[in-house]
Amino acid sequence: MTDTTAYGGVESSMSATGVTIDAEELRRRSRELLAGYDPATTGRLDFLRARFDAGLAWVQYPVGLGGLDAPRALQAVVDAELDAAGAPDNEPDSILIGLGMAAPTILGFGTDEQRARFLRPLWTGEEVWCQLFSEPGAGSDLAALATRAVRDGSGADGDWLVTGQKVWTSSAHVARWALLVARTDPDVPKHRGLTYFVCDMTAAGVEVRPLRQLTGEAEFNEVFLTDVRIPDRHRLGGVGDGWRVAQGTLMNERVAIGGTAIPREGGLIGIVADTWRRRPKLRTHDTYQRLLRLWVDAEVMRLVGDRLRQQLAAGAPGPEGSAMKLAFARHRQELSGLEVELLGAEGLGYDDWSMHRTQTVDFLGRDAGYRYLRAKGNSIEGGTSEILLNIVAERVLGLPTEPRVDKDVAWKDLPR
Amino acid sequence: MSEGAEERGEGRSRDTTHTTDKPSAAPTGAERRSGRGEAPCEGAEERAADRGGDATHGRPSAASAGGPRRGGHGEALSVDLLYSEVEEQLRGSVRDLLSDRCTADDVLARCDGGGAPYDMDLWRTLAVDLGVAGLSVPEALGGHGASAREVAVVMEELGRRVAPVPFLGSVVLATTALLRGDTGDLRVANLLARLAAGETTGTLVVTLSTPPVAEFPTPVRATPAAEGFAVTGTVGSVADASAADVLVVPAIGDDGEGLYLVDAAADVTVSRLVALDLTRSIATVTFTDAPAHRIAGPGDASTVLRHALTVGAGLLASEQLGIAQWCLDETVHYVGERHQFGRPIGSFQAIKHRLAQLWLGLVSARAAARHAASVLAANDPDTAVAVAVAQSYCATVAVHAAEEAVQLHGGTGMTWEHPAHLYLKRAKSDELALGTPGHHLANLAHLVDIPPPEPDAG
Repeated sequence: MTDTTAYGGVESSMSATGVTIDAEELRRRSRELLAGYDPATTGRLDFLRARFDAGLAWVQYPVGLGGLDAPRALQAVVDAELDAAGAPDNEPDSILIGLGMAAPTILGFGTDEQRARFLRPLWTGEEVWCQLFSEPGAGSDLAALATRAVRDGSGADGDWLVTGQKVWTSSAHVARWALLVARTDPDVPKHRGLTYFVCDMTAAGVEVRPLRQLTGEAEFNEVFLTDVRIPDRHRLGGVGDGWRVAQGTLMNERVAIGGTAIPREGGLIGIVADTWRRRPKLRTHDTYQRLLRLWVDAEVMRLVGDRLRQQLAAGAPGPEGSAMKLAFARHRQELSGLEVELLGAEGLGYDDWSMHRTQTVDFLGRDAGYRYLRAKGNSIEGGTSEILLNIVAERVLGLPTEPRVDKDVAWKDLPR
Repeated sequence: MSEGAEERGEGRSRDTTHTTDKPSAAPTGAERRSGRGEAPCEGAEERAADRGGDATHGRPSAASAGGPRRGGHGEALSVDLLYSEVEEQLRGSVRDLLSDRCTADDVLARCDGGGAPYDMDLWRTLAVDLGVAGLSVPEALGGHGASAREVAVVMEELGRRVAPVPFLGSVVLATTALLRGDTGDLRVANLLARLAAGETTGTLVVTLSTPPVAEFPTPVRATPAAEGFAVTGTVGSVADASAADVLVVPAIGDDGEGLYLVDAAADVTVSRLVALDLTRSIATVTFTDAPAHRIAGPGDASTVLRHALTVGAGLLASEQLGIAQWCLDETVHYVGERHQFGRPIGSFQAIKHRLAQLWLGLVSARAAARHAASVLAANDPDTAVAVAVAQSYCATVAVHAAEEAVQLHGGTGMTWEHPAHLYLKRAKSDELALGTPGHHLANLAHLVDIPPPEPDAG
């Protein structure tokens, strides 16, 4: 991955022009931006574009691509300066896939032309991104995916025609671009026949349908691709190199997990503890013991998160991120189950089964029943807990891998 | 594991030119504050590099990479949960010594003998040459002015080897109680200096299973005597009493609660018990009008005792972390080598997932134990909560780790010959020591306002 400039310890760097980029210099540049584009009188998008062009979007990115080749840790200096002046931000929560996955992939594997074309509107939020990876027949075993991309004609730079079905795609209905992995060679073993593309979601042959979940709402979509034409200049990385590029994307997904520091009793445990305090009549000995254990687990997870962040800040990230995700999923599931039980008759109800098409999860805003159901996804999305346990066992503990029957078999000959 | 084969560092020879000076391994307060200690011995860096090969335990220390210190960055990084460079050096010294002189075979052989439970030669080397006995004693009182954080690192390493030494009773419980007593009292100050120098070994005479918030123990009575006091009574299951020269005894006097110093050689009977834990000695201690010197009276005895037990429970979490670490390392190694059905059993998901879960528990236990140690070191008002969290969590992880180690070693795990049982026995005893997880959870519930069910609840 290219994006390893990231973690603390470094207090400054030399920019391409020989100027030392430290916190003071970033404050100066932020003020300069604010002087040139007063947030009070400048349109939101104009301000964001100007910020990008000033290299203050993501300071760790290269000069000319929204950054200044500065240490990532210094971004906070810029953010604080601009926030204090009431400047608009790019609403990062609504463009997480773009910022967290598409951008580093484009930066790491894209051509200069692709970086120049995609990164600016990605960062400003003008163009939303989604991710076309999973398929009905390829979940944990992503490399087995069956969506086909074939050359239209015989030229070495001819367009590609893509046909297949993708699933669990958030933001597909609002996205302009998608990260797409498709099979370009079915005659080689599965990992080797994949190629990575940027897919125009407005192109002919792209059909997006909401996918309703057990909660009633539709956070995700199914995407049907029928002879979708993708120009070769929208290929990311080499033909057949798609697995390596996809690994890069997924690595960034894992880095994104870990989150920010939370206070004691922050999040769901605080809500459940308050429910417990407010409803003495519904307490039982069984729920008491479970609540206490889950309270301790929440506190310990919080400390693991703190420790992980301290390791990152010290430049020595450990593999604890995957532990966090595993622990988080189990804890949320147990705690949300307990919460329903603590509510007595109220736990028999449900707030709303209607199919909202949403891009964000209002986990703490909805009722206990919703939380119980939605938490079931925590051990499935972003890598199932079973797969993560394999990863921990093999990559952290160094245990031997499972014998593989699909390694040296052409994809087309695999049982499906 | 590979530990037994590790080269012993030449620098840690028992060179007498070293012993005239301050013991070399323990960091002084000044070193701790500056974050750069003297290397405990030559070759320390080489060994640190060797340890870096350990997949689960060998990450570079935070301090060496400019890690956050207390009060450093603005956000919620106030409690330092990492290991400093000095702490890693201390760990290295203790680990090297134990690799050399406290192998599983050494410990097992001692369990068979029926003789002395503790390796007092090893204890003296730890206490005197490495200076671990005086870690938490201020420099002005003859110690090294380090803190609970450093003591915790030693506890981890001792747990990792189930080392048969009276560290818990002497360095943790007795020393902590004395430090909270009247250190202006010359006898207390002199005793602390001797404990810190490793010349004397002590323990706190409470039943090991006593939780920090228990009622003040009443089995021993103190009465005024010609010189000071005399104590009479019997206390069962006292840790490390068989190795102690001096005893810190909670007793009830005419005016109420008190803590007393008693010389173990005078009118005291210490009867070793057959213990579940083969590597930590427990004994019944009987006092018959034993001469006693009072170090805390009704005003503060109860506070001092509670503090000592709280520190003990908090630091025991680090021992439990060390126990769990050995169990995981050893079992990962074993399932990678052991073949059944034509493949290493560690390639089966049924095994892998259990060990991955165990690793997850260890990651969590480490955060909890480090948090407790840091909070104890800072004398933070959050201590009670941090200790209750760490002890309830780490006790459970250590027992689980030891049980998994036995199970995943199969038949081998059930034998006397394999050391897994030593860890199972220590882990299970530690679960009871200084309060069970249930005691700590109940205390925590009180501290964080999670009230119990009503009397007629289901």
